[in-house]
Amino acid sequence: MAEVQQQADSGKGGKKRAKKMSTKIDMTPMVDLAFLLLTFFMLTTTFSKPQTMEINMPVKPENEEEQMPLKASNALTIIMGENDKLFYYYGLGDPADNPEVIESDYSANGIRKVLISPKVRGNDKMTVLIKPMEKSRYKNVVDILDEMKITDTKKFALVDITENDKKLVSTKLGQ
Amino acid sequence: MPKVKVKRTHPSLDMTPMVDLAFLLVTFFMLTTKFAPEEAVIVDTPSSVSEIKLPDSNVITLSVDGENRVFFGIDGQQTKEALLGKISEKYGVNFTPEETKTFSLMTNFGVPVNQLKSYLAMETPERKKVNQPGIPVDSARNELKDWILETRKLNQKVIIAIKGDVNVNYETVQKVVKTLQDQKVNRFNLVTDMETRPAKL
Repeated sequence: MAEVQQQADSGKGGKKRAKKMSTKIDMTPMVDLAFLLLTFFMLTTTFSKPQTMEINMPVKPENEEEQMPLKASNALTIIMGENDKLFYYYGLGDPADNPEVIESDYSANGIRKVLISPKVRGNDKMTVLIKPMEKSRYKNVVDILDEMKITDTKKFALVDITENDKKLVSTKLGQ
Repeated sequence: MPKVKVKRTHPSLDMTPMVDLAFLLVTFFMLTTKFAPEEAVIVDTPSSVSEIKLPDSNVITLSVDGENRVFFGIDGQQTKEALLGKISEKYGVNFTPEETKTFSLMTNFGVPVNQLKSYLAMETPERKKVNQPGIPVDSARNELKDWILETRKLNQKVIIAIKGDVNVNYETVQKVVKTLQDQKVNRFNLVTDMETRPAKL
């Protein structure tokens, strides 16, 4: 109120008006910088943490006698060969049984169909033995472990290849 | 009739919301960013449908590259310094404080212990050019075993992750797995890329 009165008292004609300054500032350089930083951080940032796959290896038996042998009727053996070849047979690969080795592949219609077939699915005790040969690619091993996950196969083991299996595969390939 | 004045408008628009958003994103990225550590080797990992994430710390990364070389990596500077101390005791190689410092800053490495000293003594640009031979994992000379053993002694919580290349022969991976199994490590992780799970079987 006091201010208003004072103004009235002064009585000078013609109000002095402060020159109206534009309150706008040129933001362009700032925006340029902001976007530069934005691009930089967006490109350097590493968002996705690597995925992993947990795997439990069979524990080496301390005492052979305490082990329960796996029945051949409850076993499916998958062999990974070189050049992305895949073979499987039912049983443990005893030469006396002369198992029928079947060639398959890593596609959705290959080994996955076998893993979801009633013969494997219907048997609770069915154990899948995964045997990669020395020359098989690491990708194949991961693919097969992945198939186990996709088909929800709980009982599987990554085991070393035996001479018998190698022989079976070479006979199969020799045909 | 008065002339119709075409009002000249400045072609400027209000950038404030855009700038707000830009700065918001800048702040976000600045705070969340974690620079990708420089690795000694590029490994192209296979993909899997697994959705488990690798933890940030207490991880031993065993990289196996396309040329069947094995690299060892562990996080944590203090862990690495202590680890190098243990290894130098075991192998009778002494490292200077500078070499220890260099070692503690490396993400991973793939040189045998007897070459490690000269490797660490190099200048950084030179060191990057060196073609690392990989850590010996043969049954005759298995240094990887000692690296893993000493790390596990230092840090019991450590998790082991194998990062294998798509094209590596399983033989090399098998050697690494065998080294782990010899130490009764039967549970470990395989580092993979993401892949979508097929909708139906």
